[in-house]
Amino acid sequence: MENKKIMAYRRENGRVGIRSHVVILPLDDLSNAACEAVANNIKGCKALPHAYGRLQFGEDLMLFFRTIIGIGANPNVAAVVVIGIEPDWTNIIVDGIKKTGKPVTGFSIERTGDIGTIANASRKAKEYVQWASELKREPCDLSEIWVSVKCGESDTTSGLASNPTVGNTLEKLVGLGATCSFGETSEITGAEMVCKERAATPEVAEQFMKTWTEYDAFINECKTDDLSGSQPTKGNIRGGLTTIEEKAFGNLQKIGKSISYIGVLKPAEAPTGAGLWFMDTSSAAAEAVTLWAAAGFVAHFFPTGQGNIIGNPIEPVIKLTANPLTAETMSEHIDYDCSAILRGEMTLDESGDNLLDVLVRTCEGRLTCQEVLGHEEFVLTKLYRSA
Amino acid sequence: MIQFLIHEKADSVGVATVDIKAGENASGLYMDSQNKIEVKALDDIPLGHKIALIPHKVDDSVIKYGHDIGRIVADIEKGGHVHIQNLKTKRW
Repeated sequence: MENKKIMAYRRENGRVGIRSHVVILPLDDLSNAACEAVANNIKGCKALPHAYGRLQFGEDLMLFFRTIIGIGANPNVAAVVVIGIEPDWTNIIVDGIKKTGKPVTGFSIERTGDIGTIANASRKAKEYVQWASELKREPCDLSEIWVSVKCGESDTTSGLASNPTVGNTLEKLVGLGATCSFGETSEITGAEMVCKERAATPEVAEQFMKTWTEYDAFINECKTDDLSGSQPTKGNIRGGLTTIEEKAFGNLQKIGKSISYIGVLKPAEAPTGAGLWFMDTSSAAAEAVTLWAAAGFVAHFFPTGQGNIIGNPIEPVIKLTANPLTAETMSEHIDYDCSAILRGEMTLDESGDNLLDVLVRTCEGRLTCQEVLGHEEFVLTKLYRSA
Repeated sequence: MIQFLIHEKADSVGVATVDIKAGENASGLYMDSQNKIEVKALDDIPLGHKIALIPHKVDDSVIKYGHDIGRIVADIEKGGHVHIQNLKTKRW
């Protein structure tokens, strides 16, 4: 397959983005109001309010910093204004994003107050938005697009057609030399030995098993029942899925048949080379996609059965379904309907090509259903309680 | 018209791709071999739900994708509806 040229944004560090957002990024929950006020003052920028950033510690704090810095560093973001309650942690975020070479400025609220901070940050945001508005798309290779994959509100049609479609497209992308990632550690349960066999080396296989075993131990420690209703969800069950094992084998269809994963990433950790990567994530859609956005992924494939409507503020989510009922009753959420596979009217290979075409169009500026509908679920993963 | 699909030869269940009514002789297709099969549905099988291709007894495993997807907790006849009332996880 040809490594197509696509029109996209090449950032200062060489990475390729498909959107050019100016982001107003709160360090902490206290700074959400100021960020939202700036985004209200200055048209064309985007505040990303979230619930955390105070009194976190240890590995949870490291994940928090990695996530917030990663979101600012994502190539779909042109420039960043960071607002925090105090300057020290604010500067950690600013310095982390600055390594990409993109414009970033931090503001802190203590000793200024909300009103002064909003005024100062608004002036900077105005400058960034006008600067970003003149950035031009340029020819880039399709293989430079980092693509993450995760399914949601799956049903049995996901395992039959929409997940294998993603698998087919991923085989083509990885064949071109693209960087791709799958995850959902808990949702591999039942199929973990099959997933282990898909690792490129015995070392990677062991790393995957260690990651999965730790997640499974955590679930066993905290569970009060067999998780029926949580994992699988009530939506999964309504759609015909019955057990976590059944869901897991359907889930794994997303990585196709012929490709191996070359490494295991921590949550929100950026990959260090081309190929398919496993990332340790929860299976909750918004949490997982936020982690991939923070790791630098710029487009997401999201197959759904019953109709999960998730989006992300900076990483466009391309949604597909093979369930004819979902395609009909929730059409405004579905970018690509592959239900023809179930009727025997389309092959998997044709479907994979169609999804690749939707990706190319999305890269070149077509807005996804999620973007048009304003689904911007930005959800941080928290490992444990704050101090 | 195909009314249910089966992932692999070894599978003990098929997946309804349309709503199947009890009493219907439902047509199925093996996705690996493209071989066809017919099973008389004993229950209504909603779109996406599973139909038993063979009888299952308590503690049998259900096979889908060629793999074990859980244990039977109530007997099912061939053509019966396989779902949470008779199939449970072996994990968690």
